[in-house]
Amino acid sequence: MAVQAVTQQKLALTGNEAVAMAMKQINPDVVAAYPITPQTDIVQYFSTFVADGKVKTEFVTVESEHSAMSACVGSCAAGARTMTATSSQGLALMWEMLYIAAGFRLPIVMPVVNRALSAPINIHCDHSDSMGARDSGWIQLYSENAQEAYDNTIQAVRIAEHADVRLPVMVCQDGFVISHSLMNLEVLPDEAVASFVGEFAPRYPLLDAEHPVTYGALALQDSYFEARRQIADAMSRAPAVILEVGKEYGRLSGREYGFFEAHRLEDAEVAVVAIGSAAGSAKAVADSLRGQGIKAGVLKVRVFRPWPWREIGDALGSARVVGVMDRADGLSNLGGPLFGDIRSALYDRTRRPLVVDYIYGLGGRDVSLEDIEGVFRDLLRIKDEGRVTEPVTYLGVRE
Amino acid sequence: MPSLKELSRQPELLTGGHRLCAGCGAPIVVRQALKALDVPLVAANATGCLEVATAIYPYTAWRCSWIHSAFENAAATISGVEAAYRSLKRQGKVPGEFRFVAFGGDGGTFDIGFQSLSGAAERGHRFVYVCYDNEAYMNTGIQRSSATPLGAETTTTPAGEVIPGKRGHRKDLTAIMAAHDIPYVAQVSPSHWNDLVTKMKKAFDAEGPAFINAIAPCPRGWRHDGSLTIEVTRVAVETCYWPLYEVDHGKWRLTYKPRQKKPVEEWLKMQGRFRHLFRPENRHLIDEIQAHVDRKWEELLRRCGEI
Amino acid sequence: MNKEPGPDRILGWKEMPTGAVITQAGNATRYQTGDWRSLRPEWSQEKCIQCLLCWVFCPDGAIIVKDGKIAEFDFEHCKGCGICAQECPPKVKAIKMVPEEEVTEVK
Repeated sequence: MAVQAVTQQKLALTGNEAVAMAMKQINPDVVAAYPITPQTDIVQYFSTFVADGKVKTEFVTVESEHSAMSACVGSCAAGARTMTATSSQGLALMWEMLYIAAGFRLPIVMPVVNRALSAPINIHCDHSDSMGARDSGWIQLYSENAQEAYDNTIQAVRIAEHADVRLPVMVCQDGFVISHSLMNLEVLPDEAVASFVGEFAPRYPLLDAEHPVTYGALALQDSYFEARRQIADAMSRAPAVILEVGKEYGRLSGREYGFFEAHRLEDAEVAVVAIGSAAGSAKAVADSLRGQGIKAGVLKVRVFRPWPWREIGDALGSARVVGVMDRADGLSNLGGPLFGDIRSALYDRTRRPLVVDYIYGLGGRDVSLEDIEGVFRDLLRIKDEGRVTEPVTYLGVRE
Repeated sequence: MPSLKELSRQPELLTGGHRLCAGCGAPIVVRQALKALDVPLVAANATGCLEVATAIYPYTAWRCSWIHSAFENAAATISGVEAAYRSLKRQGKVPGEFRFVAFGGDGGTFDIGFQSLSGAAERGHRFVYVCYDNEAYMNTGIQRSSATPLGAETTTTPAGEVIPGKRGHRKDLTAIMAAHDIPYVAQVSPSHWNDLVTKMKKAFDAEGPAFINAIAPCPRGWRHDGSLTIEVTRVAVETCYWPLYEVDHGKWRLTYKPRQKKPVEEWLKMQGRFRHLFRPENRHLIDEIQAHVDRKWEELLRRCGEI
Repeated sequence: MNKEPGPDRILGWKEMPTGAVITQAGNATRYQTGDWRSLRPEWSQEKCIQCLLCWVFCPDGAIIVKDGKIAEFDFEHCKGCGICAQECPPKVKAIKMVPEEEVTEVK
């Protein structure tokens, strides 16, 4: 572990507690949120901080998630550092407003506790909620455990508010698997977080009597395209900022963050790509396979939007077969969203691995170490056969 | 009550150069409403005619800060702005006072935006919501809303061979907002500008949410000449179709009582959207509308302690 | 970032204020709606009693009041709806609507 600049507290916290703790330390001006399983704890803990005067936050107890994001848009445009949190159907109800938050270039930070989308209704983890929002103009950071959820939430503020970026950020963690599991983690002192996030410098605040501004004008054929092109530009500037913030956070905490974690990938012949809690299991399986002489590796995606395609291509390029684990089905007839993006990242390479997809864990279906070992074995078979016959496999579903 | 001369010294917060139709009622309501204020203002706007015609990139007709985000959420959006103000004010980061207003048509207020309005009112944000009520979705081309009166022809309630226009009476949103027990609720008409400005002052001075329902004719949808916009609202008031009243901290008060209540026909006959009602076979609908107006008026008089 | 856009100047994405925010409050005055007009209000200063009713009822803020008195009509923005003429008190009738093609005096 790298040298850390401050003494940290060791606490046993759930993912939700860790995120609520980060929010308390960030101490935003406004939080507008609506409770939903499994995010509920975050809202509850934060309400306690507000009730006890531990934060300066104005907490808006809205009547729906649509209003939560609408109030966040109003608040952030007014010039306040603004946060919310949600899950699943709540994120779906916010949909319209996600695009508007990004379109207005408002640096709102939103922890998302991933949960499956209806129907059928389900409260457990998969990534269908946030994956569906991948084209909304929000930056998406994914967390493997409570520590990462905490660290990512704090970094998200700096990334979102950076002058080159000015885009909203979702900080995703797996519902229940992370949100409700206790983990021993290291927590920064309040002052360290306060000085790391710094003061919010609003751009074009509504609450500037000297410079009144208009947000949300109708932009037609002559200007809409330029406004959207500008968002794409901001997203393409985000990677450099994410790395810069990740390094600075590393100097502060001893935990440096990049786009992804490359676990034993240098000489890997078979590699698994995963997001969230399953990445931990995948790393354990790879380690055990290495013990058997199998060249296995894992790429754990942290930053999904912006998509660090070049770096991911470099990291996976020398593998022979890559297995992508998608905890969301694109229902596209060609696998999940991560699969498409991984294949795309590899396409222009002169020598590219075979890539297959495994849809797993929908609605909280458990994924065991055996399941993941099965995936690696499958990849070894494909390596031997030298071709893909079935690009998409549904893992652990009864027939 | 200030004179027009005094009001004319107030800054014009909605400029010319907006692209609402000639004779539109909405900008008249907005101009009058904002004359009641002399501190900086942030306005939110629901999607609709007013929004779409006053801010067409790169132009804005708003001299105050203004935000439109979507259709159903003007109240939620302004509640966020107001929460930001309270937070930043408490931290000493905003110098001076601000007031907050949201504008929405009847679509954005009675229908798709009703939930967010009800929520923001219950939460007690200090803001004024002004509905410019033109009794249908005019921006998309005159489709019925829950504010459309019985018998009115719209493009989704055409006067057909079998069904003669809109079925059912309009929703009494002013009373529904009064039932939220918020500090101030009122119904206004731009024809009675002094009543409107007085009520807006009370609304802006209220310590919590205020709701104003303003009749705002759409000459295109109501099918009357654009020059008659104010006259139509005057007749709406004189027929007691659109009574002027307020609910100030729970106390109902009639603010204008016509000397002689005119038959509702006077109001209906000015507008092409009711033309089919004057066919003999539809006569009963006019009677039904009159009976409805009479019952609501009686109810109001009783609530206001007038009878 | 604050370069003023307009009919003569459409901005590219590199120079537009972020979020398509408009930073020039009230710049719609530069957009002329006067050419929508088919009828023009003709105002008689002699007949006018300065009641300002036309001013308070104008949808376009096109009646310019200075020091409590009507100074002029803003024909760059007046759409010719005729509310002013309609609402001018019956005994005064200081405004009448005239077809644009019959307007002799070019203002």
